[in-house]
Amino acid sequence: MTKFTSVEALHSHREALLATKKDENKKTVSVCAGTGCKAVGADLVVEAFKAEFAKNGLENAVHLKATGCLGLCEKGTLVMMPADQTVYHSITPKKVPTIVEQALVQDGRADDFLFTDPETGAKQPTMNDIPFYASQKRLLLDKNTLIDPICLDDYISVGGYKGLAKAIEIGPDKVIDEMKKATLRGRGGGGFPAGRKWETCRNAPSDKRYVICNADEGDPGAFMDASLLEGQPHSVIEGMIIGAYTIGSDEGYVYVRHEYPLAVERLTKALEQVRASGLLGENILGTGFNFDIKINKGGGAFVCGESTALMASIEGRVGEPRAKHIHTVVAGLNDKPTNLNNVETWATVPLIVERGADWFTQMGTKGSPGTKIFSLVGKVNNTGLVEAEMGATLRQIIFDMGGGIRGGRPFKAVQTGGPSGGCLPADKLDVPVDFDTLWNEGSMMGSGGMVAMDDQTCMVDVARYFLDFLKFESCGKCTTCREGIRRLHQLVSDVAEGRATEETLDLIETLAETVEKGSLCALGTSAVNPVLSTLKYFREEYLAHVRDKKCPAGVCKELITYHINENCTGCLICKRRCPEQCIAGENKKIHVIDTSKCTKCGICKDVCKFDAVEIY
Amino acid sequence: MDLTFVDAILTKHNRDTRSLLAIMQDIQEEVRYLPKEAVQHLSKELSIPLSRIYAMATFYNSFHLEPRGKYTCTVCMGTACHVAGAPRLVEQLERDLKIDSGKTTPDLMFSIEEVNCVGACALAPLLIVNGEYNSNMTSDAVSRKIKKLKKEEGGA
Repeated sequence: MTKFTSVEALHSHREALLATKKDENKKTVSVCAGTGCKAVGADLVVEAFKAEFAKNGLENAVHLKATGCLGLCEKGTLVMMPADQTVYHSITPKKVPTIVEQALVQDGRADDFLFTDPETGAKQPTMNDIPFYASQKRLLLDKNTLIDPICLDDYISVGGYKGLAKAIEIGPDKVIDEMKKATLRGRGGGGFPAGRKWETCRNAPSDKRYVICNADEGDPGAFMDASLLEGQPHSVIEGMIIGAYTIGSDEGYVYVRHEYPLAVERLTKALEQVRASGLLGENILGTGFNFDIKINKGGGAFVCGESTALMASIEGRVGEPRAKHIHTVVAGLNDKPTNLNNVETWATVPLIVERGADWFTQMGTKGSPGTKIFSLVGKVNNTGLVEAEMGATLRQIIFDMGGGIRGGRPFKAVQTGGPSGGCLPADKLDVPVDFDTLWNEGSMMGSGGMVAMDDQTCMVDVARYFLDFLKFESCGKCTTCREGIRRLHQLVSDVAEGRATEETLDLIETLAETVEKGSLCALGTSAVNPVLSTLKYFREEYLAHVRDKKCPAGVCKELITYHINENCTGCLICKRRCPEQCIAGENKKIHVIDTSKCTKCGICKDVCKFDAVEIY
Repeated sequence: MDLTFVDAILTKHNRDTRSLLAIMQDIQEEVRYLPKEAVQHLSKELSIPLSRIYAMATFYNSFHLEPRGKYTCTVCMGTACHVAGAPRLVEQLERDLKIDSGKTTPDLMFSIEEVNCVGACALAPLLIVNGEYNSNMTSDAVSRKIKKLKKEEGGA
């Protein structure tokens, strides 16, 4: 690997790369190798392409790239041709020979595997034709489609480490100016402007400073940071090097969830590459600046996403947050000034430094410039990763990018911000998504998790789910959080299980206020958002549980019963499968469930091919 | 129990107590749980109280103080998996394996685990068996999977 001893050496290497790689994209096949596609067999697809290339004598004529997440996880494995951005979906090894034959040998398109408009049936061959991609603003995610995550040359050829070169050229003061002007707000959910954080940290008197990348993405239903680390680890590393150079730090950490083995693997490889090429380590690019990055794997504690808890964890202690009378930028890790930013924030830094704050602030809203990556999951058609300009409405994200609700069912709510966020109903669909607006509506941006829900989702159950999650994840330091969330969970369970009265709802609200006011860190103070927002927007549903002892969505076990309707053909399958043996019936006669014995496991509904099992 | 692997891990981390979390993770990586002997050895070698290691082991969800089964059946309990019916998968595993979630069968063959979110929400609900992802699962599919594994192991 080339070792760059100066900024000029890096630039000339890039130019040399561009000269040789100029024609490479014309014959490149990108296979998505993100967690989602890997889980449905992307590795086998890659192998199938290799075999097929060999068969057709194309080994040297076509480049095969296993890239980061291409976004539309729902339709994996995705295959893309970077030359004209043709996308093929749901690719299995069996389909590979056809693609190679039609798209590469004959130089056309494999029409059978293109996206189609569900209404007109028209083909949507390229990214520009597919509404999922066309309605996004893919500032960061675009790189995922272009590069092999662990190929440094790929990253350099798309402009990688230009931001670092620019930072060295203009010096730390100007970098801080640009960062402040760009008002890049913390993408982890806090929304604090990164530039101001950097400045305070840089000005804090000390002989040692740290930079940390918070990759402890704990919100359930969120995988933006994982995809960035998997798809473009170098963006994050470059951001951190720029940060360290600006702040005056020589030691950095990436604190990443152990549940993300692929991210850890790719980050490790990327770090080895930058060390070998003089972009990390001692005397970076011949400037005399020293900086290195270590990886720390989390232990599966949600609270460690909180900055002070995370730092305690790096110090080899239990991850309990502390009061932040003195901010971590002044006294953080090992009591030294520490600048912590989230993965997406770090990945955005090189772009801002390279292209300038003016370019960045053109996008998004005044208070929240730029773009934000969301993981759009739940009951939407296009589950996956989307990047939208700040200020895009929930409707644009869920319906244009997400393709609407699965099975044409009605939209009921969207949960944003993970366990700290809230649920917004249909009449808030036109709310613009930015840090401040969502907060004012009783939810929050959080790190970017977005879970769409339909009429079969019970909001009481959702509130109970998050309280159960937080009850377990509370570190136990503050009484209001430790005991308060536990009691809130009991009260909401009372509602879900039909034991509550209307007074229970008042009690929930009163207790929620106490938990919010009496807890130290954001885990406790925001823990009440899911329950308060559902109570605010879906009170009728709570009342149905309380007054009528019914769960309208058919979710809360204690309030529902399973029945078999006249669709039943008497096929005996449910009868055989019922673990409680409480279904009676004969061949070709409608079966009956003995509701007194039924444990509501749902197996009968799962196995019924005739839609004959109903929930009341 | 041969504890030389613990010494090797300690050397790798320069016997630095600040790397305690990583040291414990490496031990667990090796034997899939934290054996009592290994933890006691660690306490002696690093001169840190056993209570501190115990606090770490019980605070961080990823640690296990009991041996794990040959097959770890992990159900993702992320929001997307939850609304798609993940709790029912756990119930099915509990029924089929006759153990509670978080426990291991007496023959050390199966363990049931729950994880907060693995970020593969398009595959919800998700069952991971020893790192192998099974997507869009139903209670019935869980049962079939367990039956198949049991059959492979020659059991009933």
